[in-house]
Amino acid sequence: MVPEAEFTSYYDKPIVKAPPWGHEIPAYLFLGGIAGGSGLLAAGAQLTGRTLLRRNARLSAMAAVGLGGVALVADLGKPSRFYNMLRTFKVTSPMSVGSWILTAFAGGLTVTVGAEVDRLAGARLPLGPLRPVLRALEGPAGIEAAVFAAPLAGYTAVLLADTAVPTWNATHRDLPFVFVSSASLASAGLAMVTTPVSEAGPARVLAVLGVVGDVVAMKAMERRMDPVAAEPLHHGSAGTMLRWSERLAVAGAVGVLAGGRRRPVAVVAGLALMGASALTRFGVFEAGIHSTKDPRYVIEPQRRRLAARRAAGETGDSITTAG
Amino acid sequence: MEQPPRKGFFTDTSICIGCKACEVACKEWNHNPRDGDLELTGMSYDNTVSLGASTWRHVAFVEQGRDAIAAARTSGRALVSLGMPSVGAPASAVPAPDVAPPDTPEFRWLMASDVCKHCTHAGCLDVCPTGALFRTEFGTVVIQPDVCNGCGTCVAGCPFGVVERRSDGTAAPTYREGHRKGEQPPVPKRGVAQKCTLCYDRLLDDETPACAKTCPTTSIKFGDHTSMVASARERVAELHAQGMTEARLYGANELDGVGGTGSVFLLLDEPEVYGLPPDPRVCTADLPTMYKRAGVAMAGMVAAAAVAFWKGR
Repeated sequence: MVPEAEFTSYYDKPIVKAPPWGHEIPAYLFLGGIAGGSGLLAAGAQLTGRTLLRRNARLSAMAAVGLGGVALVADLGKPSRFYNMLRTFKVTSPMSVGSWILTAFAGGLTVTVGAEVDRLAGARLPLGPLRPVLRALEGPAGIEAAVFAAPLAGYTAVLLADTAVPTWNATHRDLPFVFVSSASLASAGLAMVTTPVSEAGPARVLAVLGVVGDVVAMKAMERRMDPVAAEPLHHGSAGTMLRWSERLAVAGAVGVLAGGRRRPVAVVAGLALMGASALTRFGVFEAGIHSTKDPRYVIEPQRRRLAARRAAGETGDSITTAG
Repeated sequence: MEQPPRKGFFTDTSICIGCKACEVACKEWNHNPRDGDLELTGMSYDNTVSLGASTWRHVAFVEQGRDAIAAARTSGRALVSLGMPSVGAPASAVPAPDVAPPDTPEFRWLMASDVCKHCTHAGCLDVCPTGALFRTEFGTVVIQPDVCNGCGTCVAGCPFGVVERRSDGTAAPTYREGHRKGEQPPVPKRGVAQKCTLCYDRLLDDETPACAKTCPTTSIKFGDHTSMVASARERVAELHAQGMTEARLYGANELDGVGGTGSVFLLLDEPEVYGLPPDPRVCTADLPTMYKRAGVAMAGMVAAAAVAFWKGR
């Protein structure tokens, strides 16, 4: 085999460009996860007759979707044209697919939240003859939102991975597992904060399952990635955030298992879990942005895979040819 | 209406003199604003640095000594001996390397005018959620600035770092408010993604793109894509026959990770020396895998929620 040539670049200038995304985007990743997980908790509570958990999860999901939507629009170069997201549907564009998932989720959720708010207000909203309609639609709307809940929590992983950003692209097999786990533990954490322990049993189970999934998926992902593309996940501020994310997640799970039936413990553990999820999203986001800044993260993995294909005798698919 | 043939560039860097007339012609024709504050980089004669929202042609400038030249010659010869796809019989078409150096052996300047690749499988086009990016009748990839909402996904989708959102604060800023030297007109098309259109407006009028039209050495050639690839292959064979084994093509292979590029290049060293990725792959090639894996993950999340309500008391 030809020995690895020395690493060269064009004056150390970046090859790929970082997307022009501010902290609104990782904030949305976090909020979208909370919304999706809460949508599932709300549907479960709806089907098992847990009134308080249902109400709180629906309101949590609505707040998260609302804030997340604002963050998404604020990050656009032309916020006034946000509705162009819905002028077409493109399956090749995770951003397009996600816009429709978000819209479908928010549609059903809004109906259920309308019904909850009306109940909270003692049926005093000026709904007139629409009140029975709202009540009739409430259940199906909750299920409709739940259908789009897991996609809402998971599509953002595809959105990041389906790019030329070296670190994000290298996570493309496993990031969805990290993100749905992170969404589960964060939404369960929020439910433990908002809901009395007597109704929060499912949230406690989901929190622990989420933490197990998060820790396992993250380890599996890092092991499977190109070692150079994985570096930004361990270094700098991204590395710090991801290390603390794991610590907080594990601490949260321990708290749930040890004292989740005591409200103060449940609240603290819930907050720790939400913090863990936020740090996961910001950490993965930062790592990707960092990987665009140094051409090494583009060149080394690409050279390695090219050399591996050549060593395996595949010489027909190189962009560089002798003629 | 009859579909016109696919158009493209062949940029032959072996005859580029680094005059940057292409950069200027591009800026003037497309009314692209100035980048930055006319700072000098100090690294070379290249003060443009990279392609961007307002720079759709960029002339790279590299100085190399004896060792780098020898390495380039070796890596080029390795490509030939790998039997990389080429027309006719590959290895035998190349005579034993002529030892007479075609250039000064101890020093050379590499100059190369980079541009949007107008990929066959274009990542930017695939990931655009609004349909602002589209494939023209000439097989080129163009952004509709009045449709783009500046979401920035295409910036992340391009494996060559070509697309950029104009005047944003996250990627390299191309325009700084409050730091003007002299007068500057207001920045047009602010907040939307921008890149080379292969002079779509000129093509519609049967005109050559501004950069190719102005290139004084014909380093930038424009024409039907098939004839561009053919002349690129002829040229590289000619250089190999002269002993310049460092010559190689970039983007001429339709089996590569982006399905071949509309802009084909003849390079005299490895692509990364010019700031080009050595093995680009359109991100959407793996999208089916990503959707499958995400589907499994989502099902797992629903299952976890079901277990939670079944077991949770």
